[in-house]
Amino acid sequence: MKNKTHFAFFDEGSKKEIRRTTLKAVAIPGYQVPFASREMPIARGWGTGGLQLTLSLIGKEDCLKVIDQGADESVNAVSIKKLVQQTTGVELTDQTEDASLIQSRHRIPEVPLTEEQILVLQVPTPEPLRDVEASEYVTKRLHAEEEYSGAWLLLFEQIMKYGKTATGADHPVYVNGRYVMAPSPIPRFDNPKMHTSKALTLLGAGREKKIYAVPPYTDVTSLAFEDYPFTVETFADQACHLCGANDVFLDELVDETTGKAYYQCNDTSYCIDRLNSQEQVEVEHHHA
Amino acid sequence: MHEEPILQVRNLNKQFGNGCTHCRNKVDRQLEKNYCPICGTVYACQDVSLDLFPGEILGIVGESGSGKSTMMQCLYFDAPVTSGEAFIYNGELNGLNVFQLSPQKQRYIRNHKYGMVYQNPVNGLKMNFSSIGNIAEKLIAAGNRHVSSMESTGNKLLEHVQIPLFRSKEEPQNFSGGMQQRVQIAKALSNNPPILFLDEVTTGLDLSVQANVLDLIKQIQREWGISMIVVSHDLAVIRMLADRTMVMLNGSVIEEGLTDQILEDPQHAYTQRLVYSLL
Repeated sequence: MKNKTHFAFFDEGSKKEIRRTTLKAVAIPGYQVPFASREMPIARGWGTGGLQLTLSLIGKEDCLKVIDQGADESVNAVSIKKLVQQTTGVELTDQTEDASLIQSRHRIPEVPLTEEQILVLQVPTPEPLRDVEASEYVTKRLHAEEEYSGAWLLLFEQIMKYGKTATGADHPVYVNGRYVMAPSPIPRFDNPKMHTSKALTLLGAGREKKIYAVPPYTDVTSLAFEDYPFTVETFADQACHLCGANDVFLDELVDETTGKAYYQCNDTSYCIDRLNSQEQVEVEHHHA
Repeated sequence: MHEEPILQVRNLNKQFGNGCTHCRNKVDRQLEKNYCPICGTVYACQDVSLDLFPGEILGIVGESGSGKSTMMQCLYFDAPVTSGEAFIYNGELNGLNVFQLSPQKQRYIRNHKYGMVYQNPVNGLKMNFSSIGNIAEKLIAAGNRHVSSMESTGNKLLEHVQIPLFRSKEEPQNFSGGMQQRVQIAKALSNNPPILFLDEVTTGLDLSVQANVLDLIKQIQREWGISMIVVSHDLAVIRMLADRTMVMLNGSVIEEGLTDQILEDPQHAYTQRLVYSLL
């Protein structure tokens, strides 16, 4: 890559095209708008959709946070942060509250987002009906005709096989009562956070060349049957072994020596924050 | 037949290709082959009209390529018609030309008024979804959002078509051809449709399975009083099932009447050849 690129890597024409697509996506909540996905200096499937959204939106005043599966320091997050900072020089942060732009892979931060923030999600498969219908031509028609029995059928199959809706991630949602949307592979735990969220949520699929959006204060309902209501993952009274949080999404880890499972916050910045504030309380208490 | 028909089709035309000056205005296409030798346009259905009365089985026979299945596909909205009208006299759709309705309305008709059994189960079933899921698909499409009610309906139907219950969660791709066909029938019946289309249901099945499936269809008609259109090139199937029969040749209906009448006393030269070739 050239040392000195255009601001935010893209030329202005590209940014304009992506912004226009984004506006259309915001205007039709949940509708997948096709766009001319660019070649990026990272491989497709590594967050190019999200990255293109981030680069088209970012300004010099922005403060960026990038999350990869809850972690700020994992490879994907670090390399995307580096790319954006080298091409724009914007400030980076791990603090969810401080960020004006949050690009995330597979998680929505635990801290509630505000109206000042934009959440960009990376999407591998934007089409919720892809598993029942391979043809894009057909799925577009199904969306147009609001024919979503395929998405329900996938849930029905899970209930038949496992006795419950067992979507590990990407549980389909109804947006604004019209379009069924794949909310990117976030755990079911994060689905309710999208409902009437204060922040704008943008979803970008670089390989599939689609952008879609959930505007602020939009109804997002997870698909569920009458006798099998939607449930989020529960951790059976487990708490984070570091900070003790129990109302967040936890990772299950196995202690190599004892072979026992223990739990830890998936959102690392949230966990560190809690630890720091606990420490501060301790220090204050100690010196008081 | 003093009753009102449940399905009325008038002048259904289906062509593949745009036609040319040679064939477009030709009135007597019936006498030639059903394709244009110059532009290659195929006139698959030409002015097909039919009435289907409640509770009857209408048989459609004809040689391969005579437009039987194309007509069925047009009626089921799998393929758009070139011109023509069809009316369903059942519930709220009375007197509307169903070919001119919106895709959503047509989908509604497919889900609520029609059942379809394709010749090849691959077209009618999702082979990698469970059998009960396949049945549920149609119920879901019709607006059902209650898992246990769908499960019990599905199991009842599968039992009805003699699929053992312990296999209800198995994928149809593991089933034999006859079983797949029976799952398809169960799926077609899931919404209690007033009209059922059967497209060459027994073709490719061995004789004992054929008899099994035919018995099932006959039994369904007796018990549920569903009107059916049965497409087949097999006169034995038609003889066993159909009350009335239409004979198609090169896209047009050449003869129509009670099945016994057609088989015992065929009028058209082609029908005569067809019936005598069987005996």
